[in-house]
Amino acid sequence: MVGIVIVSHSKKVADGLYELADQMTGGKIKIGKSGGTKDGRLGTNVDEIVEEIKKCESGDGVLILVDLGSSVMSAQMALEFLDEEYAGKVEIADAPLVEGTIAASVEASIGSDILKVKAVAEAAKNLVKI
Amino acid sequence: MILTTNDVLNIISNISEVIEANKQYLTDLDAAIGDADHGINLDRGFKAVKEKMPQFSDKDIGTILKNVGMVLVSTVGGASGPLYGTFFMRMGNAVSGKSTIDDNEIVAMFEAGLSGIKERGKAQAGDKTMIDAIEPALNELKKSLEDGLKFNEALNIAVNASYNGVEMTKKIAARRGRASYLGDRSIGHQDPGATSAYLMIKTAAEYMDKLQ
Repeated sequence: MVGIVIVSHSKKVADGLYELADQMTGGKIKIGKSGGTKDGRLGTNVDEIVEEIKKCESGDGVLILVDLGSSVMSAQMALEFLDEEYAGKVEIADAPLVEGTIAASVEASIGSDILKVKAVAEAAKNLVKI
Repeated sequence: MILTTNDVLNIISNISEVIEANKQYLTDLDAAIGDADHGINLDRGFKAVKEKMPQFSDKDIGTILKNVGMVLVSTVGGASGPLYGTFFMRMGNAVSGKSTIDDNEIVAMFEAGLSGIKERGKAQAGDKTMIDAIEPALNELKKSLEDGLKFNEALNIAVNASYNGVEMTKKIAARRGRASYLGDRSIGHQDPGATSAYLMIKTAAEYMDKLQ
């Protein structure tokens, strides 16, 4: 199954969103999270993102969900740092973090492929709430 | 102009000191239009660079610059981490394996660094970013060298162009980064990223000027 990696500037956001997504999918898929810097500040951490991607890749690929600014750039750098074996298997979704993560996690949990999971995450942009 | 491995290490060390001295100034600029962490973040990054420098100071210039970039990427935490990280890593790639670099290589290295930042941030001149301090400096450096000026004269002109680039950021609205959420309200504020880039360029130029 496709793995999901949550990248936020805030550890609390990443932890909380992980909790939500994990409950929605009943632990069926691998969900990684990286929030804040190594020394506990707000910010992003490329090394941790690389580690989380490796942990969540079980053969079907990994979709990364990001919040803003440096989380996008750090995720892109993480992709560059990964070995050849991950080439073409890891994607970054252009999606809202919370809605996109939940939608992607549920889609991944029913066994969809990485492109379908990514498309569903990105479609969350158009979600009408009210 | 010839720069040795030792010169490059000295320039990086000087940049670390200048960033530390301007930590609060850069953070205050960022407080107006960003998330008030630019100076603090960069200072942490360059402190880590200084700490780790002994591990790579015996290597060639390319490897040193690549390592500086890697340390910045993994310690800064904000957008300036991947941006300056890419800048130094690309500069390192441009002078891979070299233990001395000449005028042309310095220009080529700077050019590679700038294009790295542009790709990483998907930004261009006029977006109110560090590019507004770097690109004019590079353009003026190249133009002055083509006109036959000496390297230190060309550097002087480049530093002035970089300063003018920073001043120009006060007049325009941000189109990238956190400040872009402010739109026209960012007009009137000096861009912190352009300011840190100018400080780095000025520091490197001052060091090179003393070598001549």
